[in-house]
Amino acid sequence: MEFRSKSSSVVAVKAYGGGAGKSKVSMYLVAPEADVAIEDFEQYALDRLHVLIAIEENRSRGKRAEDVEAAVMDLWRKHMRTVQSDDLLQKDVISHFVLRLVHCRTEELRRWFLEMETALFRIRFRMESPELQKAFIEEHKLPYKIISAAEFDGMKEKLAQVMRASGQGAGLVGETAFYKVPFEEVLDLVATRKVYIHQGHAYVPREQLVTIVANHFRSMLSQALVLTNRNWTAMFAAQEEDRLTPILEALSKRYLAPDYSKSASGSAVTLQELDGLAMRSFPLCMRHLYLKLQEDRHLRHGGRQQLGLFLKGIGLKLDDALAFWRGAFAPRMPAEKFDKEYAYNVRHNYGKEGKRTDYTPYSCMYIIMSSPGVGDHHGCPYRHFSPENLHAALSGMRLSPKSIDEVMEKTRGRHYQLACAATFEGAHSCQCDGINHPNQYFEQSRKFLKEQAEKATEMETDS
Amino acid sequence: MFCSFELVRNAAEIVFLVSRFFFSFPGRLFPYAEMYKWLSYGHDGKHPGCDASIMGRREFSFTLEHDIYIRYLSFHDVSEMEATIKSKCPHKIDIGALYNVEPAKRTAYAGGSDRVFAPVERELVFDIDMTDYDDIRTCCSGADICLKCWPLMNIAIKILDTVLREDFGFEHLLWVYSGRRGVHCWVCDARARRLSNEARSAITRYLTLYKGNENTTKKVSLTGPALHPALSRAYEICRTYFEEHILPNQELLNSEGHFEKVLELVPDESVRAQMRDRWQDNRRASVAKDGISASRWKQLKQALESKKVTPSVRRSLEEIIFSYTYPRIDIEVSKHMNHLLKAPFCIHPKTGRVCVPIDPQDCDNFDPTNVPTLAQLLNELNAEGVKGGSECRDLDKTSLGAPVRLFQTKFLEPLQRANKAEITALHQEKLQEVSAKTSLSW
Repeated sequence: MEFRSKSSSVVAVKAYGGGAGKSKVSMYLVAPEADVAIEDFEQYALDRLHVLIAIEENRSRGKRAEDVEAAVMDLWRKHMRTVQSDDLLQKDVISHFVLRLVHCRTEELRRWFLEMETALFRIRFRMESPELQKAFIEEHKLPYKIISAAEFDGMKEKLAQVMRASGQGAGLVGETAFYKVPFEEVLDLVATRKVYIHQGHAYVPREQLVTIVANHFRSMLSQALVLTNRNWTAMFAAQEEDRLTPILEALSKRYLAPDYSKSASGSAVTLQELDGLAMRSFPLCMRHLYLKLQEDRHLRHGGRQQLGLFLKGIGLKLDDALAFWRGAFAPRMPAEKFDKEYAYNVRHNYGKEGKRTDYTPYSCMYIIMSSPGVGDHHGCPYRHFSPENLHAALSGMRLSPKSIDEVMEKTRGRHYQLACAATFEGAHSCQCDGINHPNQYFEQSRKFLKEQAEKATEMETDS
Repeated sequence: MFCSFELVRNAAEIVFLVSRFFFSFPGRLFPYAEMYKWLSYGHDGKHPGCDASIMGRREFSFTLEHDIYIRYLSFHDVSEMEATIKSKCPHKIDIGALYNVEPAKRTAYAGGSDRVFAPVERELVFDIDMTDYDDIRTCCSGADICLKCWPLMNIAIKILDTVLREDFGFEHLLWVYSGRRGVHCWVCDARARRLSNEARSAITRYLTLYKGNENTTKKVSLTGPALHPALSRAYEICRTYFEEHILPNQELLNSEGHFEKVLELVPDESVRAQMRDRWQDNRRASVAKDGISASRWKQLKQALESKKVTPSVRRSLEEIIFSYTYPRIDIEVSKHMNHLLKAPFCIHPKTGRVCVPIDPQDCDNFDPTNVPTLAQLLNELNAEGVKGGSECRDLDKTSLGAPVRLFQTKFLEPLQRANKAEITALHQEKLQEVSAKTSLSW
C-alpha cells in the first residue's frame, strides 16, 4: 500500500497486486487507487470498526450463530451505507485497509483483527448465492471443485454413510452440492473422521466449503498483516507522524483497556456506599444513568446493561446488585414482578445463568459506538448529548466554568474520551491523560481520593 | 578369516560386530547405494532441474558404543557417508528430516534472523510396536514376539496400507521390520514429505480408534448409527484375522481369566451372565471341534447379533473385535517432522536381526523369527570367501540379497520413475514462467 499526501486533507491510496471481485465479497488482495478525503479515511474506518466490535460482543454473549449473523448483517447494511450504491465496495475495501493499518502493529491487535475480519468474511460469504460463491472460488483460483452428477452418483452411498456416522443424518446428501478439496484443507474433519476422503481428496458439502474459504481468507490476511507492518514501519511511519498516525493510534485504543470484570482493589462495594460513590467517583455516563434511575425508578435495557456491568466492575456483589435494582424499581414495581422479569438478567450478567460467561463491563469505545434511542439514557454523554444538555450535566457535577469550557471544546472536536478526562481533571483537580473505560475513571477517582484522605490524616497527626 | 559366529547372542557383542563390520565392512553389507538413491529423490542426476544440495541437508544421527548419540550429521554424497561411518563406527543409524540448510551449519541461523533452521520435508512415518498390544496378548509380553501374536502386525500393515493408498492417494510406501517387535512405515510421496505437523497429526487421528489406558475398561468406543466407510472397510479385515488368528492363538475365551476381559466389553449384564453360565461348565467345551474359543465366540456372537438386544449392545460386537485387532499407532512418532527414525537395513542390537523390508501384499508370509541375522550374514560371507573383483556385490551373495532386491523392485524403482517425472515437470513450469516474464518486458 502507498500513501501520497496530495494535500493534508486528502489521502491517495494505491496498492499493488491483482483485482477485486465481481462478487460483493472481497478477499482484499489489493486496495483500489483512489483519493480519499481524510474525514472519510477516519469515518469509514470507524463505521467498519463498529461492525467488528459488534461481532465480538455478539460472539461473547453466546448468541446462536444465526442470531449473530442476522445482527451483523443488519449492522453492516446500516453502517457501510454510502451515498451512491457503487461506492459500497469502495467503502468496504477502503475501510478494511485502513483498519489493517491500525491493527498491524502488535501481535494482540493483529490477532483481534484477524478473528473479527474472518468472522465477518465468513458471514458475508455464507450469504452469497451458490453461483457467486463458485465465481469467487474460480476467480481466486482456489483448488475446490464442485463434483459432477456422475461422480456424485458413484459415491452417494459412502457420503451418506459418513453423514450418518457423524450424526448428521443422511437426508442432507441429496440436496447439498459437494465440493472436492485437497484433504489438507479440512484437517479437522479428517482427524475426527467427519468427512469422506478418497485418493487425497475430501468431499465436503457446501456448508463446509464456507469454513474452508474462510480459513483460506484468514491465512492470507495473516500474512498480509505482517507485510503491512513491515512496509508501514519502513516506508511511511516517519512521514505520516503528524497526519495519519494519530488517527490510527486513536482507532487502535478500542480495547486496550484492562479487564474490569473484577474490581481491581478487590474490595467489595456495599449498597450504602453507592450513593456517595456515585456523586463523587462515577464518570458522567454512569452518574447520569444512576440519577435517571433514581428519578424514573426505571431504566431501559441498554441503560441497565451499561450501569449494571459497571457496578459489577467496581465490586458490587450479586446479592447487593439484586437488592439495588429491586429497591430502585420498587416504587413502580412489586418485588415479585422484578424477580420474575428482571432478576434473571442481573444474574446473567454475573455469570450465574445460561452460558455462565462473566461479562465484562463496557469500554468507552463500545459505549461511544452505541446508539441510544428515544427513552434511553445510556451511551456516552459527550457524544450523545446535545451541547445544552451536556453543559447542564457538567454544571450539575459542580465543575468550574473554566473546566466546563475545556470539556465542551474537546467535545466539539469529537475527542470524547479527552472530554471525559477533562471532566475528571475538573472534578478532582489532578492530571488525567485519557479515559478508556468507565471503570478506569472510577479506580483513578478512588485512588486519588484515598491518597487525599491519607495526606489529610498525616497532616493532622503531624500538627 | 573370521571365527564362527553362531554363538553371537550377547547384545554387546552384536553392537561391537555391527559397528566394526556391518556398516564399514569392505564388502559393504549395508546397501549404501540404494539408500542414497532413495533419499536423494532423483536429485542425484544430471538433469538441470536437480537440486544437488538435497543430500547435504538431510539429517542423520548415529548411535555409537556406550550409547553415545550424535545428531545433525549430514553428507554431501555416498563416499562422504561411508567415510564418516567408517571413522565413527556407529551401530545404529537414524534418518531425520530434510532441512532448509545443512544441519551441520545450523548454528549460523539461530537467534531470530529471518532464516531459522527448520525442516522442509520429511517422509510421513508410522511406528507400530507390539508392546502397545500387551493388554490383549496372552502368548508373550514385553519384548518377545512369536508367530501367534505377529498377525496383529499384519492387520496393522493391511489397514494402514489400504488407508494410505486408497483414502489419501499415496503410492510410495516402504514397510520395514523394526528388528524386534514391530514395523515401520515410510510414506515417501512428495505430497507426504511436504505435510505440515498438523496434517500428520490429523492423518494419525484419522487412523486412531483405540484410546485409553489401564484405568479405562472400554478403549474402543463406537458412537453413531453407522461406521465411517474407512472403519467399515477396516472391520472386514479385522473380523477375518480375529476369527482366524487372534481368537484361537490368544485363547481369548478358553479360561475364566481370559473370557472375563472380553465380557467386560459387553454392556449388558444379562448377556454377560448368560455367557458365564454356559462357559463355566467346562465339560461341554471339550466336545467342540473348532476349539473352545471358536465355539464360545459363536455363542457370544449369536447373543450380540440377536434382534432382542439394543443397538449399543449390538455395537459392542464390533467394539470387541476392534479392541483386539485395530492398529495402535504411536502418535508421537508420526506427528513431528523432526522425529528421527531408524534406517532400514540396520541391525537390531538385541536380536541381531536385520530390519528388512516387508511386502504389504505378501505380509502374511513374512516370518519375523526367520529374518537374516548378523551372525548368519557373516557366516555366509565367511563361507563364500572374499573374492576380489567379482561382478556381484558381497551382499548379493548373502541372505541380504533378496531383501535388497525387494526394496529395489517394489519400492525404489517406482519411486525413481515418479521422481524423474516430477523434476522434469517442475523444471518445465519454471522455464515457462521465465519466458512469460521476459516476454512482458517488451
